[in-house]
Amino acid sequence: MANQGLPIWEVFIRSKNGLEHRHVGSLHAADAEMALENARDVYTRREEGVSLWVVESKHITASNPEHQGELFEPAQDKVYRHPTFYKLPDELEHM
Amino acid sequence: MNTQDLEKKFQDRIDAGEKIEPKDWMPEKYRKTHIRQISQHAHSEIVGMLPEGNWISRAPSLRRKVALLAKVQDEGGHGLYLYSAAETLGISRDELFNQLHTGKAKYSSIFNYPALTWADIGAIGWLVDGAAIINQVMLTRTSFGPYARAMVRICKEESFHQRQGYEILLTLCNGTEVQKAMAQDALNRWWWPSLMMFGPRDEESPNTAQSVKWKIKRKTNDELRQQFVDNTIPQAEILGITVPDPDLKWNEERGHYDFGAIDWSEFWNVVKGNGPCNKERLAARNAAWDNGAWVREAALAHSEKQAKREELKQAI
Repeated sequence: MANQGLPIWEVFIRSKNGLEHRHVGSLHAADAEMALENARDVYTRREEGVSLWVVESKHITASNPEHQGELFEPAQDKVYRHPTFYKLPDELEHM
Repeated sequence: MNTQDLEKKFQDRIDAGEKIEPKDWMPEKYRKTHIRQISQHAHSEIVGMLPEGNWISRAPSLRRKVALLAKVQDEGGHGLYLYSAAETLGISRDELFNQLHTGKAKYSSIFNYPALTWADIGAIGWLVDGAAIINQVMLTRTSFGPYARAMVRICKEESFHQRQGYEILLTLCNGTEVQKAMAQDALNRWWWPSLMMFGPRDEESPNTAQSVKWKIKRKTNDELRQQFVDNTIPQAEILGITVPDPDLKWNEERGHYDFGAIDWSEFWNVVKGNGPCNKERLAARNAAWDNGAWVREAALAHSEKQAKREELKQAI
């Protein structure tokens, strides 16, 4: 086949100013400019955003789900990081 | 952990309502089933552009034309969301296209029927998109994360498709006798193929049990089909046209419509490639791919040239 495959890009959209960009999906494009144009056509046909980010998927490093335990479990026994851990009198309001 | 333990843990996660993400461990059959189902779904969106695309240049007004253009463009977009979801499972876009173009992969058989009149565009939106929506709403809760997320986007966009189709038929049914007859004729031809869209009867669908267990499907083919009939009959009554089924009647006891037997030999015949438009559809997809080759090549060549130019600039 003539096509050796256009690289994959991940698409992020800021739905309105004041909010963060969020991942919405991916697409294929030859370069960043084409990725932006395709992202506009594929992911913002109904005013979904005011700003787009595209990044080639190969540049994303993802954590391994098998390491989920060692990465995230240590946070489970650190309840003192949450405000509700601290016992304060009821009459103390708004703290 | 051995495979059996992994499978047990996997099933526990599904039972607990957890979503499965692409890099998570999954049984090989779960992966394969998803690649097959998501890619079939993607191919259906892409091939589904053909019967309607045929009518864009002949739409009866500008209002109808922009709506149909937007709908067909949505379908292209839906195909792309779904191909992306399938690719997260480790199959390439080129391989997916290759499976479609060689006839190895299937797509929804409904698109192997021709859109003969303008009323067919109404019937496709009302019935074909209506049936697809019932299936897709169920799939927003499917267990594989990327598929479920694609479905949420698709469902949000799809409801206009059905409404624009129904409006076309409503206009024809409120028109002249000839126009109303055209709407009735479209319903006559699209009704049974639409019921077949939900797939074989439960007792002839050996994969259903596993799919329900893995929460790929949350309802069986027959349950979805019944839901479609129950939704659609009152809508046909408002239009003032009737479905071509002498056995159709309300069953007070069941709280559902009873309907006549589906001709499954027709269904299997179309699946096997002998429908009215199978060859035409596949030829159109292949031509689009082959004739677009130079565009893909040019885009890549352009990006390489730009990258080199950028390198040179950096060097100076």
